[in-house]
Amino acid sequence: MKLNVNGKTQDIDVESDTPLLWVLREQLGLTGTKYGCGISMCGACTVHIDGVAQRSCVLPVSAVREDQKITTIEGLGVQQFHPVQDVWAEIDVPQCGYCQSGMIMAASSLLAQNSDPSDDDIRRGMGNICRCGTYPRVIEGIKKAAKQLRANAESGGQDANA
Amino acid sequence: MPTRKKDDLLNSPSNESRRNFLKGSTVATGAFVFGFSFPLAKTALAQAGSDEVNAWVVVQPDETVLIRIARIEMGQGSLTGLAQLVAEELECDWDNVGFELVKPGANLQRDNVWKSQSTGGSTAIRGSHEYLRKGGATARAILVEAAARQWQVPAQECKVNKGVITHSASNNSTTFGSVAALANGIEAPENIELKDPSLWTIAGKPLKRLDTKEKVDGSMVYTSDLTLPGMLIAIPKACPVHGGTLASFDAKAVLSMPGVKKVVALDDNAVAVVADTFWHAKKAIDALPVKWNEGENAKVSSASIAEKLHEGLSAKTDYVGNNIGDAANVLSKAANVIEADYSYPYQNHAPMEPMSATVRWRKNGCEMWGATQVPESALGALAEAAELPKEVCEVHTMRIGGSFGRRLATDYVRQAALVAKQIPDTPIKLLWTREEDMLQGHFHPVTQCRMRATLDDDGTVQALHMRISGQSILAHVNPNAIGGKGDPVMYQGVDPEGDMAIGYSVPNLLVDQVMVNPHIRPGFWRGVNLNQNALYMESFIDELAHAAGQDPLAFRRKLMANHPKHLAVLEAAAKGIGWDTKPAKGIYRGIAQVKGFGSYVAAAAEVSVTDGKLKIHRIVAATDPGYAINPQQIEAQVAGSFVYGLSPLLSSECTVKNGRIEQENFHTYQVMQLRDMPEVEVITMPSGGFWGGVGEPTIAVAAPAVLNAIFAATGKRVRNIPIKNTDLSAS
Repeated sequence: MKLNVNGKTQDIDVESDTPLLWVLREQLGLTGTKYGCGISMCGACTVHIDGVAQRSCVLPVSAVREDQKITTIEGLGVQQFHPVQDVWAEIDVPQCGYCQSGMIMAASSLLAQNSDPSDDDIRRGMGNICRCGTYPRVIEGIKKAAKQLRANAESGGQDANA
Repeated sequence: MPTRKKDDLLNSPSNESRRNFLKGSTVATGAFVFGFSFPLAKTALAQAGSDEVNAWVVVQPDETVLIRIARIEMGQGSLTGLAQLVAEELECDWDNVGFELVKPGANLQRDNVWKSQSTGGSTAIRGSHEYLRKGGATARAILVEAAARQWQVPAQECKVNKGVITHSASNNSTTFGSVAALANGIEAPENIELKDPSLWTIAGKPLKRLDTKEKVDGSMVYTSDLTLPGMLIAIPKACPVHGGTLASFDAKAVLSMPGVKKVVALDDNAVAVVADTFWHAKKAIDALPVKWNEGENAKVSSASIAEKLHEGLSAKTDYVGNNIGDAANVLSKAANVIEADYSYPYQNHAPMEPMSATVRWRKNGCEMWGATQVPESALGALAEAAELPKEVCEVHTMRIGGSFGRRLATDYVRQAALVAKQIPDTPIKLLWTREEDMLQGHFHPVTQCRMRATLDDDGTVQALHMRISGQSILAHVNPNAIGGKGDPVMYQGVDPEGDMAIGYSVPNLLVDQVMVNPHIRPGFWRGVNLNQNALYMESFIDELAHAAGQDPLAFRRKLMANHPKHLAVLEAAAKGIGWDTKPAKGIYRGIAQVKGFGSYVAAAAEVSVTDGKLKIHRIVAATDPGYAINPQQIEAQVAGSFVYGLSPLLSSECTVKNGRIEQENFHTYQVMQLRDMPEVEVITMPSGGFWGGVGEPTIAVAAPAVLNAIFAATGKRVRNIPIKNTDLSAS
């Protein structure tokens, strides 16, 4: 079985029902993507598949095709941080940080689809659970990152979305 | 700026080398083990041959200043605040500051030079500020002395600014990094004067955290992320009825499943599958036939617990926590007594990272890598389970993916050690599933409360009786602490004085308790008993204000004349919400205040209720923590406290059926989501002269402020949370 993860095609040898999350974490050593609930409720396991946020803890690896591009937190901003990561660091969004990989992947996917989200768009679009209570800064961070992404787009810069 | 070296203290590799190690490089696993640099050392002085200035400060030739952090970082941000306290007195350049985490075995070896590592009760900053500041000041004095000796000038003529030492008379200047090597062996001065907080330039500033980057690029290694060569994964399952035991299991049924290595019993109440990966272990533990001896507790339900708690509301008791005048007598003679019963359900900590620990057992020593709020206790639990002396055990503390009091317990440490002991020389990473984490929690205790009061003709409270009937955490974790008052922790927020003192003066006041201790395991849940006590008191004070026909703020002011600091935060929150102005149409307001964990906190909320649907629009919170070490982190803690405090208000509760907790995951244990998050404005108003904590107290005012606003909106007094169980639509 082959998977395209963070731009590299990788050979995988696991049972077909293995969730993508555990392939990423245990076969590929990409531990930035977290286990939180195992039932697609909390979003700690969020990755991008072809640029769209997906929860990897219930997604059997056999359901992912070789030509689909999987991006994890480790592959989001390789050369330079994605604007969401930049803003997250700038305003200290994370507390314990455990949910933040998923939060950042969900936020960057949201912004790829909506470059100017309202507060309500963010509230509806972000279903990731954070127990520390970073929600206020997540909302602030997404709005700031949106502004930065729009500025980048206007100045002809490359879209940093993976 | 030099590269920051931030890693575990003593003999563990740096981040860089750890990554190499984790990839299975040539760094020997033995490098982790037992090679304490200074087994004989007993003092805070620099260790011979080390690059320490003293126990708290390491200065490297490239000017990097590593500050030792003994308390545990679990998201609350105190790691940065603690470093600020040391750096402030050290007078180093903050841009050069990194940190190292202290390990409890090393602390033990050095006679607890780093003091307590336990982190709970919002004590990290307030419990260590003095010795940390002294540690920083002492290190500065030693570095200055080193420079002064080099120049042969009196140390007191030297000045320090941002890590640069100067002696203007001789026109000399040097840096911390240049003299650090000479500092070794210089004795610390005896009398160190600490700066007045008004002169602080690092402490008290809204500096960014020292450990954010690793949390935004996925590189932070949490306990569950750690990989060691040859490591196996263990997933445990304990009897779902607490107190029950393991009857039997059929290992043969799963041993042929892919990757499964072993099935082992743990103590008398749990079983674990050991496999090569999480997924293999998970499939096997789910498939494993297990029988339990559940015992009598299997008959217990939420209803049967509630019934016992209800009996406690009117039972006779000698446990009294606060007693002024003769409330019982005044109430018995009063013509008009206002009475209300409240309750607060079980809660699970539900940190995002479930319990986990990696342990390697060898016949001559045992190590754990993992998260704990109590490194000393974890070391003790490890040694006990390993059946080895503490001196040959070590806990490599790691950053925590949320805890909120859960990792004050060391049950998972013991389990990991018990598995590892049965598979020697092999690192065992024990991982709990979310389901195990939900069922085997240490739950926020259940309580009920009966409030009774009588008012005089002016609507002033003449007598107030608060009867708490509930589960005692101490009865479970430390029965010796139960004394004449019963469980003293059950009076948080209504104590006569101290860190949890009541903010009202009532001529006849009685606060007493009846202990009802069901078999469900209780634990310290962020905010602990302040949460329900503030809900009870602040809701009832609101009820009394309405009964007296008075504005809830004006009513409180009369009771708070002798509690100016309590009142000051309440006034600030009320002003922030615009209490004296008319709210927009359909918007209603509520307020609450309490003192907890040494800080004074208050909240004011604006809500609307439309067709029975609650919307929390805005909350203003005010906090007086005495001193504010990092205001932007206090803001994060206070705002986050609303998420933790409003979850039980809105939707989260753990219920009991057939003796076991019913909620096994986030689909039934419904915690607050981003879509529910109101706007929060945080007012931090440190008044000085005392040190209060900020991680917990605000949780307690979140729910009552909203409940009081709901009453204003609907006329409905919700006394049993979560409100998802109450119909708020107009009846």
